[in-house]
Amino acid sequence: MQLHEYQAKRLFDVAGIKVQTGLLARTAKEAARAIAKLTPPLVVKAQVHAGGRGKAGAIKFAQTAEEAQRAAEDILGMTLRTKQTGQAGLVVKSVLIVEASDIDSELYLSIVTDRASRGPMLIASRAGGVDIEETAERDPDAILKFEIDPVRGLTDHACRRVHFFWSNGTFGMKDTAALLKGVYDVYMRSDATMVEINPVVVTPEHELLALDAKVATDDNARFRHPEWEAWAKGHDRDAREVEAEQHGLNYIKLPDGTIGCMVNGAGLAMATMDVIKNHGAAPANFLDVGGGADVEAVTAAFRILAADSDVKAILVNIFGGIMKCDIIAEGILAALGSVKLTVPLVVRLEGTNVEQGRRIIAESGLDCETAVDLSDAAEKAVAAAGA
Amino acid sequence: MAILVNQSTRVICQGITGKAGSFHAAQCKAYGTQMVAGVTPGKGGEVVDGIPVYDTVREARRRHGADATMIFVPPFAAGDAIEEAATAGVGLIACITEGIPQKDMMLARRVVDDQGVRMIGPNCPGVITSEECKIGIMPGYIHKKGCIGIVSRSGTLTYEAVWQTTQLGLGQSTSVGIGGDPIHGMGFIDILEQFEHDEQTRGIILIGEIGGDEEERAADWIASHARKPVTALIAGRTAPPGRRMGHAGAIISGSSGGAEDKVAALKEAGVAVCESPTDLGRTMKEQLS
Repeated sequence: MQLHEYQAKRLFDVAGIKVQTGLLARTAKEAARAIAKLTPPLVVKAQVHAGGRGKAGAIKFAQTAEEAQRAAEDILGMTLRTKQTGQAGLVVKSVLIVEASDIDSELYLSIVTDRASRGPMLIASRAGGVDIEETAERDPDAILKFEIDPVRGLTDHACRRVHFFWSNGTFGMKDTAALLKGVYDVYMRSDATMVEINPVVVTPEHELLALDAKVATDDNARFRHPEWEAWAKGHDRDAREVEAEQHGLNYIKLPDGTIGCMVNGAGLAMATMDVIKNHGAAPANFLDVGGGADVEAVTAAFRILAADSDVKAILVNIFGGIMKCDIIAEGILAALGSVKLTVPLVVRLEGTNVEQGRRIIAESGLDCETAVDLSDAAEKAVAAAGA
Repeated sequence: MAILVNQSTRVICQGITGKAGSFHAAQCKAYGTQMVAGVTPGKGGEVVDGIPVYDTVREARRRHGADATMIFVPPFAAGDAIEEAATAGVGLIACITEGIPQKDMMLARRVVDDQGVRMIGPNCPGVITSEECKIGIMPGYIHKKGCIGIVSRSGTLTYEAVWQTTQLGLGQSTSVGIGGDPIHGMGFIDILEQFEHDEQTRGIILIGEIGGDEEERAADWIASHARKPVTALIAGRTAPPGRRMGHAGAIISGSSGGAEDKVAALKEAGVAVCESPTDLGRTMKEQLS
């Protein structure tokens, strides 16, 4: 789960990382109340999951309280469209209003889970406020990167290494260590996969301040973080994705697709999407009903696909393993007894007892096409969707 | 020959009294695997499908000897179960459990490495040497003894490859699901090395997907070490960046982890990369003829 800036900053606050004084507002009234408690100049920041907020006009600087109020009213309710949000965009439901701070210089800091070294990796850069991948390309010497041993934790000498890499002599070693240890603490305690501060600013008073905060947490650790449920409520999520999750399905809605897919297994589901693309159409979704593909999962999946108006044809691609094809075919028929489809259906079964499975579907009188392999299935689904 | 496991491998199952554990332990046993014992803390003395249950891995190993363990322990306790197996001296761990927190895996990996133990998974179908030893949840009857080694990050895509090689009469030596998690045990290169040295294996099918750079590193290894033909598939060319596609590890982050780079690297290394899973078996057969 990607946390909102204000949520991440609460974690920072607990870990002793300095952030600007600020308050969250969901309405114009709340904004007025917040602004009254803060000292201008202020910065009003949209709380949405998208980079490039500044460029999109979703972060505004305000010299006075009146300006801040206008900015808050402008930003609240606006639809933000950036590279990351896609065409539909995201509606801004809350703003974080913070006291602006003077900036001497900007730095970059993150701790991320590194797949190759199978542990936390610290990344520090002298170029703050710039995308780290951009810095890596343009000025790799401005980046310091090293692994942290999770058993040993973040050591003092590791902190010194960052300090002397960063330091322009204005801030102290202890400030650097406090910041780094705070970030590592947030990373470990929150089961994060990424904690990023871009930028860390050095103030004229030689303080290190987290101007922004990005935290992504590991969904697998949900069971030991009851607080996440409340946090997730402030997030925009596709209603179908939420419903799918409740049925134990892995479902991701995709923009601009017309073929609804239902597949068992994540890898096969991805491969199915790829083959649809090869045949000149686009998948409307990713949907993994689980390796077993039992009747409940298949029924819930059909219901979700049937409710999606983008879907012009449905492709079911199941490999029958432990759950044999004849059982799966009967499951599909049972599911379609309770869900009515209005779009063409193509079914491709493969695996154990595949002949029986195909026969069951063919003899059921169900209005659907069966396919011999995945390419055949994709071709038929694409043709059906176009008709 | 084959790799990792064979008919003399003695296997235990951690989490054997659970729903999945008891079902799959029985399936493995029926396949011919020497399923010698099970472990569930607090249920020592019970018997599941004729398999004796112990409270600790240490005890099960002392009584029956155990070369390998198959783990079905739920996510919150699975990291600890891996560490228990590693410190008890079990040489091969296959962890089937899906949904283990990354932090737990990060720490468990250290213990596994310190003990010099091999681990497959987590979040994987397991490992099977056709007609000898099945450790995991794959459907046994689609496998046939033969000459193709299969290594994959995905479950059902592995079954597709197995099914096709069986239908074409090639069969398999060993099939290994290395798992869909970002932090896992043995990787592509570890398994490729073993296949390269295995006499029974004549060709290798590698199934990768978006996320991380293991496929690229495997391509480097293949370019300089592999003499056996390799057929590959990369799933997720149409996956949107920043979204996790079912597997915790299947995610394109920023400019890294995309399918195109993986496909290009593998082609560069002389690997036959398939467009569709349907072509895996046929392409492998063509490469061998």
